[in-house]
Amino acid sequence: MHLFALDPLLVGDFGWAEVGIVVLKAVFVFALLLVAVMLMIWFERKLIADMQHRLGPNRAGPFGLLQTLADGTKLFFKEDLIPDRADRKVFVLAPYLSLVPAFVTFSVIPIGGGFNGEKQGTFELFGKETYMQLADPPIGVLLVLAMSSIAVYGVMLAGWSSGSKYPLLGAVRASAQMVSYEAALGLSVVAVVLLAGSLSTHDIVLHQSGGGYGLFGDFGLPRWNIIATGIVPFVIFLIAGTAEANRPPFDLVEAEQELVGGFNTEYASIRFAFFYMAEFMNTVTLSAIIVTLFLGGPAGPTIVGPAWLWGVVWFFLKLMVFLFTFVWFRATLPRFRYDQLMNLGWKVLIPLSLGWLLLLAAIRIGDDRDWEPWIVVAASFGVLVLGWVAITAALRVGQARHAEEEAFDEGVVV
Amino acid sequence: MGYLDGFRVTFKKLFEFPRLTRSYVKNEGGKREKPERLHGRHVLNRYEDGMEKCIGCELCAGVCPARCIYVRGADNPLDNPVSPGERYGFIYEINYLRCIHCDLCVEACPTEAITESKLFEFSFTNRSDAIYTKAELVVGDDGRPKQLPWEDWTDIDAVEANTSAWMRATAPNGAAEFEGIVAWAGELGYGVKPAEQGQSVDAPATPAESEPEPAEEPADDEHAGEHH
Repeated sequence: MHLFALDPLLVGDFGWAEVGIVVLKAVFVFALLLVAVMLMIWFERKLIADMQHRLGPNRAGPFGLLQTLADGTKLFFKEDLIPDRADRKVFVLAPYLSLVPAFVTFSVIPIGGGFNGEKQGTFELFGKETYMQLADPPIGVLLVLAMSSIAVYGVMLAGWSSGSKYPLLGAVRASAQMVSYEAALGLSVVAVVLLAGSLSTHDIVLHQSGGGYGLFGDFGLPRWNIIATGIVPFVIFLIAGTAEANRPPFDLVEAEQELVGGFNTEYASIRFAFFYMAEFMNTVTLSAIIVTLFLGGPAGPTIVGPAWLWGVVWFFLKLMVFLFTFVWFRATLPRFRYDQLMNLGWKVLIPLSLGWLLLLAAIRIGDDRDWEPWIVVAASFGVLVLGWVAITAALRVGQARHAEEEAFDEGVVV
Repeated sequence: MGYLDGFRVTFKKLFEFPRLTRSYVKNEGGKREKPERLHGRHVLNRYEDGMEKCIGCELCAGVCPARCIYVRGADNPLDNPVSPGERYGFIYEINYLRCIHCDLCVEACPTEAITESKLFEFSFTNRSDAIYTKAELVVGDDGRPKQLPWEDWTDIDAVEANTSAWMRATAPNGAAEFEGIVAWAGELGYGVKPAEQGQSVDAPATPAESEPEPAEEPADDEHAGEHH
């Protein structure tokens, strides 16, 4: 199998023109993401200020739009500090391990293109048909998951190599948290992959485009995965993704009140800026992934004008919804306690996503073999409820034993 | 839905105007009236006849917890005395990189020579600007402080009346029976400041001195106290 089998640009002759287009697209995505991050930081600070009845940045540029640029310039010219006790090589490497995955993930996101009719999500660039995404590897979704795993190293190594207590605590929290939530994240993605039958992000979007569901034909509910998978995987992905990106209310990694700055305490200057950028870039990328996987990405009706442009418009509209939501989370929810975080991850999200995946798989198999759908759904739900009861009972027994042991350790007779 | 109530609160705040925090600009509702006892930058006062009040006793320097005051006294020249007494403050320097505006120097001063004005917007850009000497601290011939290039005086009209005033809680020793009794000397440009009202229960309320309340949101808002 070719790695880039599907993009019409890369089928057939491959000359300098094609190379130029790919390079152009890479530069464009890079610049787009940088500008998006700059605006995202401004947007977050402004919106959270509004929600907290404040004004937010309003000095640099109109509405404070250039605040991020000013901050970045300041950080760039600050002293580049490496602590004496730091492991120098790893310390220098860590910010890049954080930043690069955030960039790479965005390269598989389709950001536009007409998905209606024959076009199949392509647009014309210098007379060549091509996708409006940098790369469409057949393993697109796996790449996203892999990059989110690599990002853990950035955070973990940063904390470990600082040679200082608070960063180390932050790093330990980070690795535990991100590993825990990756399972739920992966399982909810599998639900989408099961439906689309492909790991390529382009195919997943293509699968969600076109006519609607339900009684009204083309004007019914859109064929988005959020509906097709029954909302539960979407909610799990949203929660687990928030935890994966270390955003509030799951920002234990850098809990200012407890850990000074968490894993990035010892970082200064441009290296700190890299972490800061990676954090907000992850927010943008995460929103883009959610839009792609669950809300049809750039798919949407073409009203007037070129179809690919409407793809861009729909994509950014959907993206904005999630960017707003993440800031809203941050403005509203207090930080989770560490044990609450672990409980939510291991005892609620993972069993739930696993159970829901089994349900979807059962429905799919029942479809293939012409089983009666209602019986399949009822039986699966029965199994799920049974499983839930069993887990709850097991947890309760475990907790009771734990309490008994603790009481015994303290010398209390129960 | 107990879990989602918080989202309603934060969303509602988006549409509440004006914001509790305001732009720090005069005439846009940003700069508020200064509290009467605000601790700003110091001034060295003069008597109504133009003589300096400072006698160079160094009590302010002694009491200063930040050690930011440097004073040297000297004998008054007989032909042209600077202060009414035997000695006067020959050198007087305050380092504003260290000053914490605790007002202990004001409390310690036996002649009310050093007081704090309501001016606090002075952001200097180098170390020598931060050290105010007698040339900057002693009030001018009109009794007003001297404005330095880096000092923001946009609301001087509102605070001028209090700018060199001698302010103390109730009375020189804090006792209620001194309320309404003038216990300080007059000063250049302002004369003898009126006595203070004090804080006794039966004392008449001080008219129009309190800070105006910020515009509050509607009374039915059950979360009124939480946006800080």
